Amino acid sequence: MKISAIITLKKDVLDPQGKVIQQALDGMGFKNVDEVRQGKYFEIDVKENDPKKAQEIVEEMCKKLLANLVIENYKIIGTQ
Amino acid sequence: MKSSVITFPGSNCDRDIDVALKKFGFKNQMVWHNDNQLPKSDLVVLPGGFSYGDYLRCGSMAAKSKIMQSVINFAKSGGLVMGICNGFQILVETGLVPGVLLRNKYLEFICKNVFVKIDNKDNPYFKNLDKEVFKFHIAHNEGNYFCTTDQLKEIEDNNQVAIYYCSNNGDTEERFNPNGSIKNIAGIFNKEKNVLGMMPHPERMIDQSLSGEDGSLFFKNLINNIK
Repeated sequence: MKISAIITLKKDVLDPQGKVIQQALDGMGFKNVDEVRQGKYFEIDVKENDPKKAQEIVEEMCKKLLANLVIENYKIIGTQ
Repeated sequence: MKSSVITFPGSNCDRDIDVALKKFGFKNQMVWHNDNQLPKSDLVVLPGGFSYGDYLRCGSMAAKSKIMQSVINFAKSGGLVMGICNGFQILVETGLVPGVLLRNKYLEFICKNVFVKIDNKDNPYFKNLDKEVFKFHIAHNEGNYFCTTDQLKEIEDNNQVAIYYCSNNGDTEERFNPNGSIKNIAGIFNKEKNVLGMMPHPERMIDQSLSGEDGSLFFKNLINNIK
């Protein structure tokens, strides 16, 4: 079962990469951008057929390795 | 005095710190990341480099490698553990020291000599050092120290800031901050002060003809403190 998770920076953490991307977009003519925040996306194929259990496993992975909870949040966004 | 340096895949300052420790009298041994048991040591060093290619987040994978459980137990029982550069990044990922190290503020890899201020001497690393401003080398992409407001308060209340970036005369104004770290923080202790994480590389300052001797002062003092 494939579980998708995204990791995003918490609101008050500076994201210099997002800022540079925003500046580049601005230079390209995308003038209507307020802010860009860069994050990470994971697609994890878990050997588990019960969606709830599979999500729990990935959530554990997020807490223990994929995200650093001091600066990042995680969210399970899909199951297939 | 016995020291152990952990080598992770991608460590590249492990030999430098080995040379430095031996030069000042440590009996050092290299320990592979996949070993289970730490040999008997008075000091454990997590060296600089790019462990696991800096994948995911710097230090995140190394922090979960086999030997680290033994290092964590050693630290929790009061053993001296020092992380330099990538070693500092590994320490924050284990949670042994608070905070995280983000990408440098101006997104550039910084490789230069900087001045740092060490005025927190009530610990086994800096006790008896007879000066405060040192010239050390930094070389990193992710050295921008960050922690939450609550963590910062706790860190300052417990006197856990070990090293600040500063000017040549010890001024810790924001303009002497190379990477955007909160409060110019270059190094930090755990609460008990037996674990030290720092971005600067004292092991690169141990030879007058190559660089300078400020690292020599640090290592000479360290071994005397441990004896």
